[in-house]
Amino acid sequence: MENIKKRNPVLKVKSFATVQSIKLSEKTIARTEKANGFLTEVGNISLFVKQLIKGTFSRNFEFNEFLRQCFEIGNKSLPLIAITGAIMGLVLTIQTRPTLAEFGAVTMLPGMVAVSIVREIGPVITALICAGKIGSGMGAELGSMKVTEQIDAMEVSATDPIKFLVVTRVLASTLMLPILVLFAIGLGMLGSWIGVNIKGDVNFVLFFSQAFGHIDFMDFFPALIKSFFFGAVIGIVGCYKGYTAGRGTESVGVAANSAVVLSSLLVIIVDMIAVQITDILL
Amino acid sequence: MTNADTAGIDNKSATTPESVINITDLKKSFGSQEVLKNISLRLFTNENLVVLGKSGSGKSVLIKCIVRLLSTDGGSIDVLGSDVGSLNEKELAEMRKKIGFLFQSGALYDSMTVKQNLEFPLRRIRKDLTEKEMDEKVKEVLENVGLADALNKMPSQLSGGMRKRISLARTIVVDPLIMLYDEPTTGLDPVTSDEISLLINDVKKKYKTSSIIITHDIECARMTADRLIMLKDGEVYTEGTINEFDNSTDPLLKSFFK
Repeated sequence: MENIKKRNPVLKVKSFATVQSIKLSEKTIARTEKANGFLTEVGNISLFVKQLIKGTFSRNFEFNEFLRQCFEIGNKSLPLIAITGAIMGLVLTIQTRPTLAEFGAVTMLPGMVAVSIVREIGPVITALICAGKIGSGMGAELGSMKVTEQIDAMEVSATDPIKFLVVTRVLASTLMLPILVLFAIGLGMLGSWIGVNIKGDVNFVLFFSQAFGHIDFMDFFPALIKSFFFGAVIGIVGCYKGYTAGRGTESVGVAANSAVVLSSLLVIIVDMIAVQITDILL
Repeated sequence: MTNADTAGIDNKSATTPESVINITDLKKSFGSQEVLKNISLRLFTNENLVVLGKSGSGKSVLIKCIVRLLSTDGGSIDVLGSDVGSLNEKELAEMRKKIGFLFQSGALYDSMTVKQNLEFPLRRIRKDLTEKEMDEKVKEVLENVGLADALNKMPSQLSGGMRKRISLARTIVVDPLIMLYDEPTTGLDPVTSDEISLLINDVKKKYKTSSIIITHDIECARMTADRLIMLKDGEVYTEGTINEFDNSTDPLLKSFFK
């Protein structure tokens, strides 16, 4: 009887169909859970941003903490940004020179480097470095505050942690990033001048007059505007990841890591959107 | 004038105890795990109520529900005449100003000195104080916890016992009416644990607070409790005084009070 059952093609097909439908259901459930997780995350970020906006425009702004964060973010990131900016300008100049020399356009070098650094490389590289430094710092700091119940302690002492911790950090990073970008651009140009002088002899005034002859206000303006958005994105993502970290110590590392990954990705996406908008408007 | 003064709480003259916290049929679940099932308890004026129970019995969840750090799934919590669940954000903040919460980990702000840690709640809750009065208040509470010289230290420079004391100082600096202690002696040596227990009694005496002390440290319970409640599997298992618990023949109580 068992053998007959095993050989019966109808039963075989039925059993095959059952196994396949179970596999399909499992896959569907897994995908639904994934999509559900993503949508939940988007919803949570939206609610977080809503709380942030509410906190920004409510009374009793934590001005001292905001200043402290400006110092932490701005001043402490300055050496890294300065070194990176200078090297960026130097390397860009050295790399571009041979190509321009082929076309006999070496005199275009300062202008070309200036346009590249001001419009794109300065803001994006600064933002990516800040995503690593500031974003991970915020994620780890707020994450460890969550784990050690410091955020809860703040809440029970009738202080809104969103206002004290998040609003101040997001505003500070939004304000400080354009300033850091300006520093990076300035030092990038200085690095470029050094790069030009490695294989040539161009004086400081001539270099900068050539460089700034190719850029105008409308090169600076979109770069500065998008830098504000980069700062906001880094601040929001860093704070969100830290603020919503789990209770275990490993969640601190996860928060810091995911803050860097997500904010770097969002910086690139915001840059792409900003470039498209600038291209349409100008 | 302290909050206790404004509320007119004077335990010595109180003849019938008045409840400051009244919890009725409290329920709380995390997913499918039911942590608190129909918990009902009352905390009376100027009383130290010790809540005992094994780890995972829902003790910490209970006090986090009282200050609405966790939302409840059912039942009601009445604190100083206000239903905690129905308070809006502003009312909740006002209610929290009257409650001091000592966290298990101390929860001192790492980026601030001891002085800044103490000034943090003071600046937000006691806005009527001048800078000088604030300084005096900070010094006074630090002296009360026996750490007057720790004023400019960072939390990382403090030992576990000192952190607990500073944390307690930060809680009492705003003169709360109710104190909630979450495992105040966990992770401390027996001598420091006894010192913290004595300090809890001093706080009750000096600041006229009513307290819920969550612990599984029997020595701490013996030293601080006016009344005890034992939780088991998210429910109130039994209630009584330290003598009743000591002399009980109940196997669970006996396992705690060997």
